[in-house]
This record gives sequence, structure tokens and C-alpha cells, in this order.
Amino acid sequence: MSRYIPSTQLEKTMMLQEMNCESVDRLFDDIPLKVCLNRSLRLPEALSEMELRTHMKELAAKNISNEENSCFLGAGAYDHYIPSAIDHIVSRSEFYTAYTPYQPEISQGTLQAIFEYQTLICELTGMDVANASVYDGATAIAEAASMACKITRRNEIIVPRTVHPQYRRTLSTYARFRGYKIVELDYLNGVTDFTSLEGLINKETAALIVQNPNFFGAIEKVKQLAELAKEHGVLVIACADPISVGILKSPGEMGADIVVGEGQALGNPLSYGGPYLGFFATKDKYLRQMPGRIVGQTIDKNHNRGFVLTMQTREQHIRREKAASNICSNQALNALATTVYLTLLGKQGLKDVASLCLQKAHYAYNKLIETNYFSDCFPQPFFKEFVIKSQLPLEELNQALLKDGIIGGYNLENDYPELKKCWLVAVTEKRSKEEIDRLVRKVGGIYESEVNI
Amino acid sequence: MNQKLIFEISRAGRKGYSLPNCDVPVESIEDMIPNEYLRETELDLPEISEGDMVRHFTALSRCNYGVDTGFYPLGSCTMKYNPKINEDVSRMDGFTGVHPALPDSAVQGCLELLYKMDLMLAEITGMERVSLQPAAGAHGELAGLMIMKAYHENCGNEQRKTIIVPDSAHGTNPASAAMVGYEVIEVKTDSRGNVNLSELRELMSDQVAGMMLTNPSTLGLFEENICEIADIVHDSGGLIYYDGANLNAIMGVTRPGDMGFDIVHLNLHKTFSTPHGGGGPGSGPVGVTKDLVPFLPTPVIQYKEGQYIRDYNRPFSIGQIKSFYGNFAVIIKAYAYIMTMGAKGLHGVSQTAVLNANYLLNKLKKDYQHPYDRACMHEFVLSGQLQKNKGVSTLDMAKRMIDYGFHPPTIYFPMIIKEAMMFEPTETESRETLDAAAEVLIRIAREVEENPELIKEAPHHTSVGRLDEVQAVREPVLRWRP
Repeated sequence: MSRYIPSTQLEKTMMLQEMNCESVDRLFDDIPLKVCLNRSLRLPEALSEMELRTHMKELAAKNISNEENSCFLGAGAYDHYIPSAIDHIVSRSEFYTAYTPYQPEISQGTLQAIFEYQTLICELTGMDVANASVYDGATAIAEAASMACKITRRNEIIVPRTVHPQYRRTLSTYARFRGYKIVELDYLNGVTDFTSLEGLINKETAALIVQNPNFFGAIEKVKQLAELAKEHGVLVIACADPISVGILKSPGEMGADIVVGEGQALGNPLSYGGPYLGFFATKDKYLRQMPGRIVGQTIDKNHNRGFVLTMQTREQHIRREKAASNICSNQALNALATTVYLTLLGKQGLKDVASLCLQKAHYAYNKLIETNYFSDCFPQPFFKEFVIKSQLPLEELNQALLKDGIIGGYNLENDYPELKKCWLVAVTEKRSKEEIDRLVRKVGGIYESEVNI
Repeated sequence: MNQKLIFEISRAGRKGYSLPNCDVPVESIEDMIPNEYLRETELDLPEISEGDMVRHFTALSRCNYGVDTGFYPLGSCTMKYNPKINEDVSRMDGFTGVHPALPDSAVQGCLELLYKMDLMLAEITGMERVSLQPAAGAHGELAGLMIMKAYHENCGNEQRKTIIVPDSAHGTNPASAAMVGYEVIEVKTDSRGNVNLSELRELMSDQVAGMMLTNPSTLGLFEENICEIADIVHDSGGLIYYDGANLNAIMGVTRPGDMGFDIVHLNLHKTFSTPHGGGGPGSGPVGVTKDLVPFLPTPVIQYKEGQYIRDYNRPFSIGQIKSFYGNFAVIIKAYAYIMTMGAKGLHGVSQTAVLNANYLLNKLKKDYQHPYDRACMHEFVLSGQLQKNKGVSTLDMAKRMIDYGFHPPTIYFPMIIKEAMMFEPTETESRETLDAAAEVLIRIAREVEENPELIKEAPHHTSVGRLDEVQAVREPVLRWRP
């Protein structure tokens, strides 16, 4: 018998006897014979714990990991340092083996942590209220777009091409099935083309989405875009890099109505794309249209402070088909990791991490440009990621770098056919000067060996 | 005992982090970023030492109740034991450190795991292929309904705009259907707890896109007329959708595909033992029959010429539904679980889960109303109506269970049972635990007679007493302010 099932055969027999039931099979009598599976499932032989560990090690060994390689790849998922204490907190099984906090009296740990998370997200985004998190950055944008359509009773969303391509694809999927329209806005010199925006706005425009820093790492003129949008009653959905707000103005200060973003950078490992968390915040007046779980403060019968899931009349288990969204969970454990991360870094730490990213990214940019193997693509201020144009094909360059333990930048041509040989390079606080210098040297070596051939 | 908020224990100047000095030549920030974009005010984040942070969150964790704390018979949630080895393997550097934008050739281990998981779940459910992309059960439902809609549109059947959902369904079913623009029609449950067949026949038409069904149902009963239901839906051109919340009852016994279902979503955080995390992250794979494979979300993992690849070139696909590919670290844990259990093990899981539920039901049905006199599957629903008549509600009794050290069952769901209490013990509980829980519930039934006030005031031994939820809505306090 499995080590996860306590009952022995004898105990099961005794349980059946007590129930006056001749066999376990009798309990399945309601299943029509016609649909019964009269064979074993065809699955691999069960593994012991030791064999499983070996098997998983073998699978893990077939991947390139940032543990053994210098990672200059970003494009929506970032190799930031994760303090050790975080995993120790999220590994407390009172947190990770609990369900959604439906019974508040025995869920105050989860509930208070989410309340703290909501407060931290409000502070980062410059908004009044935040939900307990959604699946990731892409779904956060899609949910925000639906919310904007409900608030404005309009059904067009303007999305610049500087928004993450995967977010835009996810948004298109949601839009197709929920019945709203996506209007794409092109970029100019690496940022949203402000001059074309006004021409795209009409009386059906519900919201403008702006990502800042955008997918190219460049800083958008959010305030200017927001002011124009507002003149036409268009809501502004800002998608923010949460590390960047350590030094940049918050999206709220720049005029956003709804602020969302990918929270992975705040204490969550890359883990091949998930689980991450989407943060989601807005103004008080839009609270009732906001999707997702929300925790609120209240009092118990003795007037002690306590926390509960609240505003539940927006939600599916009460409202069914009339709910604000079908979402019925959050990324609670990721939100806890993020809460611990922001608590540890605190006021000064987030600023320090952001400054290190900024300094190192600019150092790397300058050094790479100095090699003369790259040219500048977009003349814009940037935060931790930048685009440069390579002379060599990027696949070749990245493959050669990988042989030397360097994970190179992202090939923008994958998503932007016009951006041939354009390399999106990310530099976080984890990259030392030595690693950056090594990248520059290796790139030089690769180019020289090309010339020699 | 009341916990202070992290903001209330913050003290100016303390810190909980250490970063290396900047080793590149430092430039002035204003030279890199124009002043107009730079923050002028300080971020108001906590300032606290690492040790004090650890104490704070450790104290919070002790106000929580998890599967590792004790019996957690929350119906439809499958609160089974979460194996520790699965946590460890999901944290291997070769998984946590993998960037999702790497080329396929650099992530063959991840893709192999995903591909094999896809095929194993397809075998368990009787589907052709499974997408591991959805991030949660509700997300899987949404993807499944998008697939249904895309299929009908592709067949030129745009007029099919309604979805039939039983009155016992999870609230997410109608909510997900509404999100893809479907109108929801409810079909009633009959006196045996099955779908009312004659009503279903009347509701079916060429306007109906399909039907969503949980089987076993949220009443914990196997739908006896499943073959007839599948025929009725299929005969009028609809598709039938399986809500996999209750798959823990039937693994290796029967499969949604064999029952006639076209689309299936699963909850890896229920049936396949991944921890619930206090509300996530979950994982909600969606599986389909052969005809529907072209509509699966992108990417689909394929194995070609000895290489695993992500296939994005799928013209009929509903498209992408989140960034990258699924909640990968959650999928690792569920994969490890299936590899540990094997076919025989999973069959044993379902047999034991059903045995445990019937054993507990048998002990309780003298003291609580049992609405359907049938064997249950992995869970069962009782009504607290007898006790309600004496002035004690199901909520009161649930809170009283907490005093005895158990997590309450799911309450007031399904909505068609008055004062409902839905118990799902799972296979990982011993006979002693079930006996102890039964004893407590029987004692509570006695307390209803003898000392109802004691129950109405429960719980008595928790960090906070019963909380005022009305107050929370009336004057929302959703963040801390200094």
C-alpha cells in the first residue's frame, strides 16, 4: 500500500463490515458497467522516493539554469536575487497546506498576510485598493481590460505594441471570447507613438493600456498619454515593473486608473514561467468592479481586530453567472513570498535594488556599444533592459554564449519581424561587473572568430 | 491574541536585507533618467530586521490551519496530504532557475516533463491531449469553454449561445460560461440526486452549445444516467464538459472520456496532491477529445525527431491564455505524485477515498439528515435542518467543530440542500481520525439539544472569535493606513 494511505487491508475490511458492505466495489455500483474501465490505467511503474528523486534530477539536468549560468535574459521574467528567508516562510506548512481562507477564525495567518500584501501593492502602485492577486501579469491585463469595459460601458481597448507580446496575445484571446475589440497602437523610437493615439480614440474606447518600462525596457511618457486619454473619458491601465517603482514615480502619480503587473520579480523564482502572480490595484470608486479575492479588516465579537474575505457579492460563489469574474482563488503563496520580499527590502532596499539594476544595465549598455559590434536601437531612457542591434544573427550569438555559461538576451525578431537582429538585454542586481565584462569579452571573441572564418 | 501588522512593528532605520556594493562606476541617476520620471516621495515600506520578520510571519502561520495541522474534510476541495518529496523536487535548481524565454533546446527537461504529464493525464481522463496551460481550476474551465465556443464557430454554429448547468453546479461553472458570452440555463436535480432527464430533453435545442457537469456531482453522487445525458447532448449537436473537481472518486475506475465527455478540466491541487497554498497557486489542465485538439490553447508541447518543442503554429487554437507555459512548479509536484503512485496506486486512492467517505457517512446519518439514501462517492452532503429547527445553524456547528480541533466541512453548498454540510475526508485519513471526527459531530448534535448557546458562541479557542463580516462590507478597510 502507498505510504500516503494509512488504512491497512484489515482495517478496510473492518470498516466495510461495520457498514454492512461486502466489498469496496459495491460502493461503486452506481457507475454504469458500460463506462467502467476494465483494465489498469497505462501509466509508468510506480517509483520509490529514492527512484523519484533520481528521475527528477535527471530531468532537471537537461535544463539550462540560471544557477550555473549568467543570465542576461528578461523579457517579462527576471533573475532577481531571492533572499533565503522567503522560502523558509512560504515552506511553513500552516501556510502552504491551507485552503482558501473560508473559515476566518482559523485562517488569520493567510488573511492578515494578504491584507499586508494589499497594503504593500497599494503603496507601490499609488492606488487606493488592491486585490489578493491574480494568476500573472498577462491575465491581470486581460481582467483589467474587461473591468474597464464594464466601468465605461464601452468595448474597445487600445494596446500599444510596446506591451509584452504574450500579454497582448492573452488579451486578444480574452477579448475574442468576451466580445470586446483590441486596437493596436504602433511605436515610434521604442515608445508608444503619442501622435497616433488621438486618431485611434473614439466614443467606444474604454481604456488605453501602457506598460512602463515597456517591453523594450524603455520608459514611456505615461503622464502625457494619461492626460490625452482622460480628455476623452478613456481609462488608463498601467502595467508596471514593480522593482522600477523603487526609483520611478508610481503609476498612480502619473494618472493611471488601474495598475497591474507581473509580480514574479518580487521574490518568486523563474520556474520556467510559473507560478507567478499578477498584482492588481485601482481607485476606491472602482472597487466593486474589481475582480478577484479581497481581504478586509473587521472586528470579532470581543472587538478585537481580525480579517475576512470581503466584498464577496462580486464573486462567483454568490453571483454565479453575474459575477465580476470567474476567478475564485489568488496566487496566495506567491503573494506571501512577495509580502516577505517587500518587508525585507523595505523602504531603502527596493530603492537600492532598483538603483543597482539601473547602474549595471547602463554599464552593460555602454560597454556593449563600445565594442562597435552593436548599434543603438531606440534613443530612450531605460531602466534595467535595453535593445541593441547586432551584426551577427542572434541565434548564433546566443548559442555561442551559452557554451560559455552565458544566457544571452531575447531575440526581438520572434515577436517583431521588423526588429531584425535586435537584442533585448536585461541586467539585474545579480550581475556583477565581472560577469558583464565577461559577456562583453565573449561577444568580442565570437565576432572576431566570425571575421576570421 | 491579536497580531500586530508588519507596518506597526516597523522602526525607522532598521533593515532586513543585504546587497553587494555597486561594483560598476556609478553615474548620476538624473543623467540616465529625466527628472520628471523620478520618484519624489519616499515609498512607505516596512523597516524591520530579518529576525523580527521571521517571528512575525511565524506567529501568523500559527493562526492558520492546514492539512498538516489536522483533519480538513472540506467538500469538493480534496484536502489530501501534500507529499514532502514533491516540494523538494519542485525546488531543484534545474527547475526553479529555468528562464521561460529560453529556446526549446535549452529546456528539454521541462518540456519532457510537460509532455509526459500531458499524456499521463490524457490516459487518466480518457482524452486525446491535455493542455497544462491553465493556472487554476476556474482558468481551466474558461479555457474549456473557449474551446467549446471556438469549435462551434468553426462548424458555423454561432447560434449556439446557451450552456446548460445543473442547479447543483459549482458557482464557477456559470461564471466561466458567462465570461465567454454564453447564457446559462439551469437544469434541476431529481429526487435521487441525478440530473432531471426529461427536463434536460426539453431544454436541449440547436441553440445549446453544451452542458457542464461534475461527476460525481457536488452531492457526492455518481450520475447514474450519464450515458443518456451524453447521448441527449450529443444528439442535438452539443458538447459535454467535465468539471474535474471530483476526479478523486474515480481514478482507474471510469474515465470522463469513456462516459462521453468532450472537454475535461482537472485540478492538480485537488486530485493530484499539490498543496492549496492558502488559495493558490493551483493548476487547472484542460483535456479534449481528438476532434477538439486543434482548438487547445497555445503552445502545445510536441515530440518530434527526438526533440521536445513548443508548437505555436496552430491556426484553430483559441490562442494564448497566460504568459509562458502553465504553473510549471505546481505541475512538477503533480507529476511527481503520479510517478509515485502509478496506476495501482491511483486506483487505490479512489477506492480508499470512497470507502472513507461512506464510512464517515454511515456514522453520521443517524444524527443528521441525509437527503439521498444512496452510497456516496468520495464525498457526501448532510443537511443541518434538524438542528436548524432547534435554533442552531450549520454555520454554528461548523464553528463548533473548530473548538474540537477539526476544520469544518464545506457549508451552504450545494445550494439545493438546506443548511448543507459537505464532507470530503480523502484517502489520506486513518480510521481513527474518521472515528474521532464522527464522535465530535455526534457530540455537537447532542450539544444542540443540551447547550445550544455554547455552539452559537463558537469558536471559543481561536486567535479571534467569530468575525463581523457585515461590518467588513459596510465600512471597507482594505489596506493599512498610518
